[in-house]
Amino acid sequence: MKRLLPLFALLLLFGGGMARAATPLPGDSIYQLTVQLTDQNGRQQPLAARRGRPQLVTMFYTSCQMVCPMIIDSLRLTRNALDPAGRGKIDLLAVSFDPARDDIATLHAYAGKRNLDPRIWTLARAEPAQVRQLSGVLGLQYRRLPDGEFNHSSELILLDAEGRIAARTTVIGRLDPAFVKAVNETAAAP
Amino acid sequence: MRTRLALAWFGLVLALPVVAADYAALPGGSFTSVLPADGKAAAAQVAPFRLRTEPVTNAEFLAFVKAHPQWRRDRVASILADARYLSHWTGADTLGEQALPQQPVTRVSWFAAQAYCESEQARLPSWYEWEYAAAADATRRDARADPAWREGILGWYSRPSSAALPAIGGTANVYRVRDLNNLVWEWVDDFNALMVASDSRQQGDPDLLKFCGAGAISLQEKENYAVLMRIAMLSALKASDTTNNMGFRCAKSE
Repeated sequence: MKRLLPLFALLLLFGGGMARAATPLPGDSIYQLTVQLTDQNGRQQPLAARRGRPQLVTMFYTSCQMVCPMIIDSLRLTRNALDPAGRGKIDLLAVSFDPARDDIATLHAYAGKRNLDPRIWTLARAEPAQVRQLSGVLGLQYRRLPDGEFNHSSELILLDAEGRIAARTTVIGRLDPAFVKAVNETAAAP
Repeated sequence: MRTRLALAWFGLVLALPVVAADYAALPGGSFTSVLPADGKAAAAQVAPFRLRTEPVTNAEFLAFVKAHPQWRRDRVASILADARYLSHWTGADTLGEQALPQQPVTRVSWFAAQAYCESEQARLPSWYEWEYAAAADATRRDARADPAWREGILGWYSRPSSAALPAIGGTANVYRVRDLNNLVWEWVDDFNALMVASDSRQQGDPDLLKFCGAGAISLQEKENYAVLMRIAMLSALKASDTTNNMGFRCAKSE
């Protein structure tokens, strides 16, 4: 019997883990989508691994000269404007429209240049078909132009811990108080 | 071991479509799209590709749903297909009078169309591929300058959208592809790249900087209303949307 105890413990552990994984994902969660992300440090992780913590998400590309630097600035501004208690509960995720040029080294260099702390920021790439799918669930549009630039919509999107879109803003370059309020509320949710 | 192998074979056979879908080879090339590639005047470059000769039917989509139950209307995640998804079928895995086997499947979301094409080792066509294929008639690769051809296509758009859909199998075009212009609307892979939204006028307004890049796309060939209507329709949709008349076909890269 004594020898069986560790086995029971193991079963409990696994059983517990499985019960958690089996909590059904809401139907309107973007984590229903299978997307494999690779971050600025080369770490691979499914998009759905971000479940459990609220996320501020956007899409961008590093060679963009016009609005993308402002998208990154806006994410930073928004995070800095949050209640201190909520700030640590939110992760930032920016996924590239341009996986052909935004390889890991390029994302890494961009994060360095813009001082994006890897504990807070994930800059990520995915395979082209998955980038299109991700833009689909996020409701973002993009189009590659022959000169390598992109036309794209610029928005910040708030996901709750289950991956549901809780709020979004098209205000870029300055703070959107209504959006900040929504992020604070989601961060404060149990 | 042998049983397992046999079972694996059986599974493979079950997973295959009843009859393999027919794909026609299209040569591609430089193509004058109504959507200039650079937003101004550049021609689109279409690489050689293969296109399904007919849209996907209810019968074919039913077989897909049976093999991939996560796409049943009673199981699909709401973020991947809206509440009207396949709602004209009598059941989650039965067709019925409103959905005859040889009618093109409609009320499918972009995600569902993509997943179906993946099951055929294919993908959705790009807009340029679709537009290129749809520019042909029975004898010409590009019939778009012919007013009679344009009239014929426009006639389809005046058909009430509540009328029952005909079966697939219209006249083949010069590439052997059927039913492009006069049966259903069709999803394309880059439906959310067409961007003729009025929002692009806001370019340059720092308070409403919605789109970034080379600016608004100007539409060419304005007399080609039928194609412009397709673009307007596609641009207005979300990836989870389904409509009465939106179906799809698949494509493959050469």
